[in-house]
Amino acid sequence: MALKSTIAEMLGGSPIRPLQQHMESVVACVDLLPKFVEAVIREDWTAAAEWRKQIVGGEHDADRLKKSLRKQLPTHLFMAVDRRDLLDMLQMQDKVANKTKDVSGLMLGRRMRIPPPMVDLFTRYVARTVAAAHQALKAIQELDALLDTGFRGRETAFVEGLLRELDHIEHETDTLQIELREQLMALERDWPPVDVMFLYQIIDWIGDLADRAQRVGSRLQVLVAK
Amino acid sequence: MDYGFLFIALACVFGLFMAWGVGANDVANAMSTSVGSRAITVKQAIIIAAIFEFAGAYLAGGEVTATIRNGMLDTASIADTPEILVFGMLGSLLAAGTWLLVASIKGWPVSTTHSIVGAIVGFGAVGIGMDAVHWSRIGTIMISWVISPVLAGSIAYGLFMSVQALILNTETPLKNALRYVPGYIFLTVFITAAVTFTKGLSHVGLGLSDVQAYILSALVAALVAVGGGFFIRRLKLDPAADHKFQFANVERVFTLLMIITACAMAFAHGSNDVANAVGPVAAVVGIVESGSIAASSMVPSWVLLLGAVGIVLGLVTFGQRVMATVGTRITDLTPSRGFAATLAAAGTVVVASGTGLPISTTHTLVGAVLGVGLARGIGALNMSVIRSIFASWIITLPAGAILSVIFFYVLRALLS
Repeated sequence: MALKSTIAEMLGGSPIRPLQQHMESVVACVDLLPKFVEAVIREDWTAAAEWRKQIVGGEHDADRLKKSLRKQLPTHLFMAVDRRDLLDMLQMQDKVANKTKDVSGLMLGRRMRIPPPMVDLFTRYVARTVAAAHQALKAIQELDALLDTGFRGRETAFVEGLLRELDHIEHETDTLQIELREQLMALERDWPPVDVMFLYQIIDWIGDLADRAQRVGSRLQVLVAK
Repeated sequence: MDYGFLFIALACVFGLFMAWGVGANDVANAMSTSVGSRAITVKQAIIIAAIFEFAGAYLAGGEVTATIRNGMLDTASIADTPEILVFGMLGSLLAAGTWLLVASIKGWPVSTTHSIVGAIVGFGAVGIGMDAVHWSRIGTIMISWVISPVLAGSIAYGLFMSVQALILNTETPLKNALRYVPGYIFLTVFITAAVTFTKGLSHVGLGLSDVQAYILSALVAALVAVGGGFFIRRLKLDPAADHKFQFANVERVFTLLMIITACAMAFAHGSNDVANAVGPVAAVVGIVESGSIAASSMVPSWVLLLGAVGIVLGLVTFGQRVMATVGTRITDLTPSRGFAATLAAAGTVVVASGTGLPISTTHTLVGAVLGVGLARGIGALNMSVIRSIFASWIITLPAGAILSVIFFYVLRALLS
């Protein structure tokens, strides 16, 4: 016997909460990166492989949530947030997890060694990138409050403050990236050229990661501005 | 009328069946916003619904009944054979009740009001004659089906916008909630009380003039508002909390308002929808007692009581299970959003009942929830369900009509 209440059926599942959950899982995956990098710096490849496995698992979780949210958003939903914006946001979030997976894959696959003079800066670089992802999550967590206020006024100003902070963190990572490149340039003659090439690439990729976290924020900005 | 007692007994049984259908099918919808926003538990919803549905049906349910009975059919041509109307009314009750039963089992979102209107029209067109049906009157009722969701939607939109402007979207949402929520409580209780005192209660023998009724309503509303305000202050709220917790606290304040609004909704639903079941019963009773078709007579209060009991029975036996499924669904309906939708729906129903128009509670609620959604207050609404509601609008009328005609012939063959 089907027991249904029309009104309850009408309230399609909220798209906001799953979107937040997805971002949570993405950040959980990014959170493993410093631990992984630490193992790489120690050249403890068994530990690194272990962390890498967890990162891949985290990325899978995020993917699963992404697919289920997409399924939950059929075209017959009428939403407070524009459907396309929401799917864009989801994709942006997902790319953060994907990049984390790529970074860890390349570092482990190449048994990458970080030149000792660069270790400090490199660790900070990774930490700030992770901070950018956390800041993006913080902004996404405000989505339900934004819904409460109809995307206007006070709450919007608050979220914009969070997003400014995110831009600021991302800018810091840019500065760190430039410094790292300079350091590497000073060292590059003494290191195997191919390794140096890949180091440059990994510095770039981590920069991308911060960039993508910031882009999640930009998507949110678009929602808020409408 | 040697069959008099039998007719009345049958009318009571069928009326109870129909009232059971109203309780089983509709009450869960009327309470779904309150349960869905987690303001009340399923158990509390059932208790509130039982008390206030009963009160609404018994105290204010007389008004719409007259419309259902006299407004739709021209009974002049069968003045000599009043039993035709008796068979028709019995058939209509049975038809609408059956249709509701089928819909409840299938989970279709049909309207109890549409079922009985369709059934009575079906009987009228076939049993009396095409020209006996007041088609213009039917047109008015149909227009009200479009107008009522639109009206409820607009009110809900406005209400939610006002909640945003006054409370949610301010520097100090919690402080403003404490300030304005009693005002919303006043509004909720005033609307409900005003219609009850002016339109209902006549059979209870409380003869008030309109001015007296409004003064009394305002008094009752003020009392409840002051009590509510006092109650809110006693909640452990932390105004110094950061904004995230402010919202959580604001929703706690709205929870009280949601409960009061849920009571109003149950009351409105009872007063509006009991007529679907007792209207035809009252017609049969009137014919049997007077031996002729009265132009219009008071609905005997024991008939209203019968309907009220039937609704509560349906709620407890079947509606309870529907509500349990509502309680498990996770929606982003918060008390503040649910309140805007429910008050708009209840207000529309109450006012419509006051003017005697039989409107569908479910559709009013659908309109109201849509209104809050349009105000960007609800994350997502399922449009395909809304489409199926519209489809049920269309199909319920002929279904009720066809069933009614069949039952009419069967009953006439059996009892003549």
